[in-house]
Amino acid sequence: MSALLQDYAAVVGEDVIDQLLQLAEPLKGKKVVHINSTRVGGGVAEILTKLVPLQRELGMDARWEIIPGQDEFYQCTKLFHNALQGRTAVLSESLKQAYEEANAQCAEEHRALLRDADVVFIHDPQPAALLPHIHDRKGKWIWRCHIDVSHPQRQIWRYLSGFVAGYDASVFSLADFAQMLPHSVYLIPPSIDPLSEKNRELPEKEIRETCELHRIDPDRPMMLQVSRFDRFKDPLGVVQAYYLAKKFIPALQLVLAGGGASDDPEGDAVLAEVQAAVKGDADAHVLFLPPDAHRTVNALQRAALFVLQKSVREGFGLTVAEALWKGKPVIGGNTGGIRLQVVNHHTGFLVDSPEGAALRIRYLLHHPDKLAEMGGKAREFVRDNFLITRQLREYLTLMVALVHGANGRLVLE
Amino acid sequence: MAAKPRIEPFAVKDCALAAISTGRRAQNLRELRDHLQAVPVGCFHYHFWGGLLRPRFDDPEYNNDFASWVRHALHDARLAERLGILDPAEYADVEQLRRELVDIIEQRLDETEFLAWARRNQQFHFVRAQTVVFDTRKRLTHPAELADAVPALSLGSIYYHFIDARRRAPQGVDDFRAWLDHFGDEFRDLRDQIMAIDPYFITLRELRERLATLFRRQFSAGAPS
Repeated sequence: MSALLQDYAAVVGEDVIDQLLQLAEPLKGKKVVHINSTRVGGGVAEILTKLVPLQRELGMDARWEIIPGQDEFYQCTKLFHNALQGRTAVLSESLKQAYEEANAQCAEEHRALLRDADVVFIHDPQPAALLPHIHDRKGKWIWRCHIDVSHPQRQIWRYLSGFVAGYDASVFSLADFAQMLPHSVYLIPPSIDPLSEKNRELPEKEIRETCELHRIDPDRPMMLQVSRFDRFKDPLGVVQAYYLAKKFIPALQLVLAGGGASDDPEGDAVLAEVQAAVKGDADAHVLFLPPDAHRTVNALQRAALFVLQKSVREGFGLTVAEALWKGKPVIGGNTGGIRLQVVNHHTGFLVDSPEGAALRIRYLLHHPDKLAEMGGKAREFVRDNFLITRQLREYLTLMVALVHGANGRLVLE
Repeated sequence: MAAKPRIEPFAVKDCALAAISTGRRAQNLRELRDHLQAVPVGCFHYHFWGGLLRPRFDDPEYNNDFASWVRHALHDARLAERLGILDPAEYADVEQLRRELVDIIEQRLDETEFLAWARRNQQFHFVRAQTVVFDTRKRLTHPAELADAVPALSLGSIYYHFIDARRRAPQGVDDFRAWLDHFGDEFRDLRDQIMAIDPYFITLRELRERLATLFRRQFSAGAPS
């Protein structure tokens, strides 16, 4: 077993890695290509950074390429992103043309690679239109959708599904997001990497220093929400819950940590509203962090007594899995992928209002034994369900089934 | 005296399960019944047994997704109880199980004045299971080897030999009991103890631990084998 696989075996158990090795046996030597739109930043790049080397360790000839584009291409794909999540948007002919041209150019650049690949994973809408350009493809093509398309704007989905329908399979994160397509629609939730900067173990000293750097008292209870300053994440609802709970627990501290996206004009306005809402409160910390502040986020998550993710709309919520992995119960909004991870009374609590969050905050602060028990369960829950090894297993299962042309049960001899 | 027939070694297999959306959704009982009549058999496998291989904590009240949805989304406790008691291993095939489910729901529809609706974000999504079974090449020649082998089995192996076996084998038993049966009365007590494990209410990890404990106790030094 290679050093990389041994590192994972130390976290998930040798039985899990043995199973991956055996499941990958029929895929040895297969050419696997992943295409997305960026190598850095965002959850997809984070997953591929580890997934591709792991596939190589399992004997596959795995490659990762990106689709480059100009301004209009990114404008178009940002519009897709918003419209697929339900926002109203109009797709102009010029944007459509920029999108299709970028895909045509990318197909030309990687023609031989894409034609000869045994399995091609196309991530998200950006490279979805590559398929029609590779007429003589030999392998199976899979469209992997990482975003919440439970209620897409129909015209945009109709346009995109025209490309997606030609794939051999697609993958969505949750059943709620799955759309009707003329091929097998797999359900595979995302995952976190236990060995990444954001999730690996940290020395106690570093956790304490991070708190002190941000003027957080490490000896008093602190609760944390990590998210962009976005209304869907409901940071103002978190502040409201904090003040409702603080009346009963004066020692309580709140940390709202996150960044913003340069293409999100609303982010600044939300941040300003949050800062105004906690103005003059030395126990409420609003931290605007750069996108690569993985170790800081890691330390804050470990310093927190428990974590909030009070979103009113959420795709999956990887920050929830990150917190659970660190043994922190999560008080989460009753929505999207949070409902898959937060199991009431086991790994945390699902809430529908700031008042509900405040009640659960008080409950956890008054039940340290329960908090510790839930934290222990939370970590094991993530170990079994939301680590990258589980996602890899499901990708292997899907690939083996597709390569063998199986529809239901496949028995490999 | 005739020689004892040779007993085949226990072939350790493993399996991985993928979930595939059928695109069918139900928001009330009538829709649930209609879809149940048409969905592929893989859906029953997934919604009765697949829960063990996907993220969830065991719900001590209900052991299948239909009962759980009826209770938590439609708030019909009585129907949830009727559905929750169903044991798929008792039915000769999935079609009989499908018929039973539909009958129970139709009876409830007859009893009910008003149709309860689930919220939009609590619809029942019909999902089917795709299973890939593979051979680990490990072979056990004597039951005593189970004591060391079982703790090291993957959860997929435990699922395959203890859960999946019940619908594969004609007699509807797990693979461990089926294999021990070849050894005659020698392991009758052990078989009975395995039978007493109810896999519905524990996780696969707990199931592996219970089996390992049984085998360790049975085959530890000094214990009668």
